[in-house]
Amino acid sequence: MSALREVLAAAALVAGKDLRIEARSRVATNHVLPFVAVVVMLFAFALDTEATTLRRAAGGLFWVTVVFAAVLVVQRGAQLEQQDGAGEALRLSGLRPAGVFLGKGAALFVELMVVEVVLAVAMVVLYDLRLGGVVLLVVTAVVATAAIAAAGAIYGPLVAGLSGRETVLPLLLLPVLAPVLLAASRAFEVALGRGVGSGWPWVGMLGMLCGIYVVLGALTSGPLLDET
Amino acid sequence: MEPSQQRPPVVRLRGAVALLGRFPALSGVDLDVDAGEIVLVRGPNGAGKTSLLRACAGLLRVTSGTAEVLGCDLVADPGSVRPMVGLLAHATHLYDDLDAVENVRFRARAAVGGARPAGLDAEVRAALDRVGFPTRLHDVAVQRCSTGQRRRVSLAAMIVRRPRLWLLDEPHAGLDAAGRDLLDGLLVEAAAAGATVLFASHELDRAEAVAHRSVTLVGGAVHDEAST
Repeated sequence: MSALREVLAAAALVAGKDLRIEARSRVATNHVLPFVAVVVMLFAFALDTEATTLRRAAGGLFWVTVVFAAVLVVQRGAQLEQQDGAGEALRLSGLRPAGVFLGKGAALFVELMVVEVVLAVAMVVLYDLRLGGVVLLVVTAVVATAAIAAAGAIYGPLVAGLSGRETVLPLLLLPVLAPVLLAASRAFEVALGRGVGSGWPWVGMLGMLCGIYVVLGALTSGPLLDET
Repeated sequence: MEPSQQRPPVVRLRGAVALLGRFPALSGVDLDVDAGEIVLVRGPNGAGKTSLLRACAGLLRVTSGTAEVLGCDLVADPGSVRPMVGLLAHATHLYDDLDAVENVRFRARAAVGGARPAGLDAEVRAALDRVGFPTRLHDVAVQRCSTGQRRRVSLAAMIVRRPRLWLLDEPHAGLDAAGRDLLDGLLVEAAAAGATVLFASHELDRAEAVAHRSVTLVGGAVHDEAST
């Protein structure tokens, strides 16, 4: 197999394994989705002095919620490799480290997209949102989620072996995701008819951030795997 | 098969030092193991048996001295040997939410870079049968299996990779009498087929009956060697 094929095959294997485990354990369904629902309702209680406030802030609220949910999902993804030395087996496997990184990132991407779909439905219903630029919304969601997943696939393994990782992960991950939060929120505001100008430059910025995280993750995947 | 005297040693350590933090887990190990040999590593708790096995697996860095395993220089690149060795450690290296077949299949596919070779499922089930894992439990999540059953799955996951060097840390632990007999048979078969076996055990009567020779570690160094 060529090097690229080996990377892609390893990514598919690892992503399939992680998604199968999530489908069995239902951590995302039983823990993350209820968390997201509670956050959406809390925002509604806190800001619903007038209906327009929620609609105006909806883009930012959506991505703040996604980022918090991402911390939970990333933590869970990293914990999988802590089960009974499973990460050690991954190191011994001989799989291409870049493939392991991409696979972990791909699994996070799928899990976060599921969370976002549920979150979007909840916000449309509870906040009475009217979706405008659907194409811009979808492209923004895909690119921003890929960026979050890539960053999560870097930082998850990095903190997995640390004591106090539950608090260390948000401290490391949230600042890195701040530019993603900013760009995705602005693009969503435009798509929802609340922002000014075009949303596509923000999507371009998200694409650049995603590219940086993916390249960084692939380059550091060897040492990252040793931290798993 | 008698140990080969013609080929270079599979394991060749000279003054090998490995640190756990600042503590020298191995403090100058000299050891040669030839192809087809079964070598028992014995010694008191904390003697460095586990560290020796992990160093040979490329999981614990050798910081000074020379260390060659299967032709790989472990000082320069410890990761290079990993795909060629099998490690049965204290931890089972299994994913709790996957069943036995899925765990073994994952490790088998990982050993070939993520590809899915023809006849893989049959090979996986044959490996589970070979270690005496009950067919009725093939599709049960391993978290519901007993310690001994998990140990058998772990062993199947190791042998399905067809390692050239078997590294086993207290392999009899958790197995019933039939399982121990079966394991001993597997070690002899593996050596007869040309693989090399290095294992640590406190069950000396049983282990000495299987091993060609033993080395005793004390304080992270080889204290003496003896034929068994």
